[in-house]
Amino acid sequence: MDILNALVLFANFVFVPATAYGAQLALGALGVTLIYGILRFANFAHGELMAFGAMAVILCTWTLQDMGINLGPLPTALLALPVGIFVAAIMALLTDRYVFRFYRLKKSDPIVFSIASVGVMFVMAGLIRVIIGPDDQSFADGARFIITAREFREMTGLREGLAIRQTQVITIVVALLVMALLFWFLQKTRSGKAMRAYSDNEDLALLSGIDPDRVVRIAWIITAVLATIAGTLYGLDKTYKPFIFQQILLPIFASAILGGVGQPVGAILGGFLVAYSEVTLTYAYKKFLAYLGPEGWVPDSLMQFLSTDYKFAVSFIILVAVLLVRPTGIIRGKVI
Amino acid sequence: MNQLNKRIIAAAALAAISATATADEVRIGMLQGFTGPTESLVAPMAMGGELAIREASDSGLFLGGKTVVSVRGDSTCIDAAAATAAAERLITSEGVAAINGATCSGATTAVLNNVAVANGVVMVSPSATSPALSTIEDNGLFFRTAPSDARQGEIMTKVLNNRGVKSVAVTYTNNDYGKGLADAFQAAYEASGGSVTAVAAHEDGKADYSAEVGALAAAGGELLVVAGYIDQGGKGMIQASLDSGAFDLFMLPDGMVGDALADHFGDSIEGSFGTVPGTDSPGAAMMGELTKDQGFNGTDPYVPEAYDASALILLAMQSAGSSNSADFKGHIEKVANAPGEEILPGELAKALKILADGGDVDYVGGTAVELIGPGEAAGNYREVEIKGGKFETVTYH
Repeated sequence: MDILNALVLFANFVFVPATAYGAQLALGALGVTLIYGILRFANFAHGELMAFGAMAVILCTWTLQDMGINLGPLPTALLALPVGIFVAAIMALLTDRYVFRFYRLKKSDPIVFSIASVGVMFVMAGLIRVIIGPDDQSFADGARFIITAREFREMTGLREGLAIRQTQVITIVVALLVMALLFWFLQKTRSGKAMRAYSDNEDLALLSGIDPDRVVRIAWIITAVLATIAGTLYGLDKTYKPFIFQQILLPIFASAILGGVGQPVGAILGGFLVAYSEVTLTYAYKKFLAYLGPEGWVPDSLMQFLSTDYKFAVSFIILVAVLLVRPTGIIRGKVI
Repeated sequence: MNQLNKRIIAAAALAAISATATADEVRIGMLQGFTGPTESLVAPMAMGGELAIREASDSGLFLGGKTVVSVRGDSTCIDAAAATAAAERLITSEGVAAINGATCSGATTAVLNNVAVANGVVMVSPSATSPALSTIEDNGLFFRTAPSDARQGEIMTKVLNNRGVKSVAVTYTNNDYGKGLADAFQAAYEASGGSVTAVAAHEDGKADYSAEVGALAAAGGELLVVAGYIDQGGKGMIQASLDSGAFDLFMLPDGMVGDALADHFGDSIEGSFGTVPGTDSPGAAMMGELTKDQGFNGTDPYVPEAYDASALILLAMQSAGSSNSADFKGHIEKVANAPGEEILPGELAKALKILADGGDVDYVGGTAVELIGPGEAAGNYREVEIKGGKFETVTYH
């Protein structure tokens, strides 16, 4: 029995990466759920909005780096975030003005909105590839690690190391901050209350004098903020490549639906649940069990539930299971 | 006489005319992946292959003074149907006597099965490395100047054993190249007594490889063998391994050896080592010399192989005294291997003369080519190691 090493091993390969990943998914799912709550459609262009905002942040970061401005040990990208958010918000408002408003005035079905959002997704994807290209872009600077596996081993004398990257901590801290601000906004401010009223019952909200255009505008701006932050954090922690934002769309939708569509708390819960299931189901527990078992005993197989090839299948399974068993999600949301 | 008969006669007459036009001209198909994933590699390769053709043609010694011309065809790399159609055109309407190509293993297999064997035309690929091509049914018509990945598996095993590494984990990029190399390596390494703790595929173009690395780390091993691509998942796997402290030593096969990797990771992967096709024979240097004022670099990947593929075809024709595939297919190994006068790049005229006089040649060429087994290059490899943040040559195998 060697519980300490087992715990460190588990933290290093499962807990820390899954928590950071969960925070990234939660931010993405919040944006999807917000648009669903206010505008009542599944916005498939959300992944590309993340990529677009992150792209603006990267271009601004490069300019800052060229000018020699940086944040010391912190990534310069944090300084560039407001610019990226501004650009993404303009992009979101423009697509609403020239695409979604047309269907809103016609009172189209939600499915028409969703299909239109697929079109927006492709146009935005093309635009991103024209501007920054399809390749990997590196823009992370500052210190990479808070503690490396080797330092941890030397410090504690344990056999297993625990590496914590700075970007993982930034991701979690920023995500918590953004979530807290969002809830304060929705619960306490006048605009937030108007948005919730509009989301609950559109006709009643209109009767009580809420300006629908203003609510829609604020929803898009908040979505752009969430998308840019989520895209940038994901890019900082992993890598920025436009294509990956199409792939991350599936776990994001799985998170939003699992938590209950239109429910901000549900989106956060869903994000962490999807991330933990993805990582825990594909992790090989061989070494972990070897530490917990009797001295000298090692399991013969890798003790892995699913091969890592099936990582994305986990999101699919969750999605299908939720839609079959509890279509409203964990916290009773709208039914897609 | 009806309309149809007239057409047949007209066609026959045309065929006769074109046949006379090619009577003192031999055509070689340059079937390479001019478009698609290998397009950047192929431009200099085709020029290298055509350089040898021009050299033989200009010498005036080829088959008693015949000229040789190259006819290009696009095999793409991933579209087997397009490759087959291009090969069909080269053989049936252009009337090529042999094919230098195709570039990728998949296209090569399709062309060989559907066109080359059916028409009895010799094919020499400069760059198809899939082990599956070693055992393919080819009626003795298929050769390659690039070694099979099975050979690289053996060289990797040898390097690991020399360094006393007893157990490794393996990850490969999930395609024909990665899978073929990983399988070949695992077989060779386990046969030599080493142990492979885990094999996990990785998909290219993902953002996050921590789950793959986590599984491999659980299995353990002294180092991680990364059979992937330098600018794709291979780099991601190394990054995730370093980040989580799972592995800090890597074995890097040919797809991973390049300055881009050393520049990116620098001394954080100090001591990692790899294998890459290469030779210290004077032929490689001569290829560079030969192409200096031709507008391309003769030492680029697979350019010497392409030159050698053309040269072997032409020398075999000269040795057999015929440009008919059935006649010269048996002569390719004869001119490639000892005994005989050693021939380096740029010495084709000398070789053609020796063969015309009834002598023997041992073609060395740009890659020190030596054909073994089913007509494929034995393969020379360079062992490299990261020292001071740069790839440095350790030795040759």
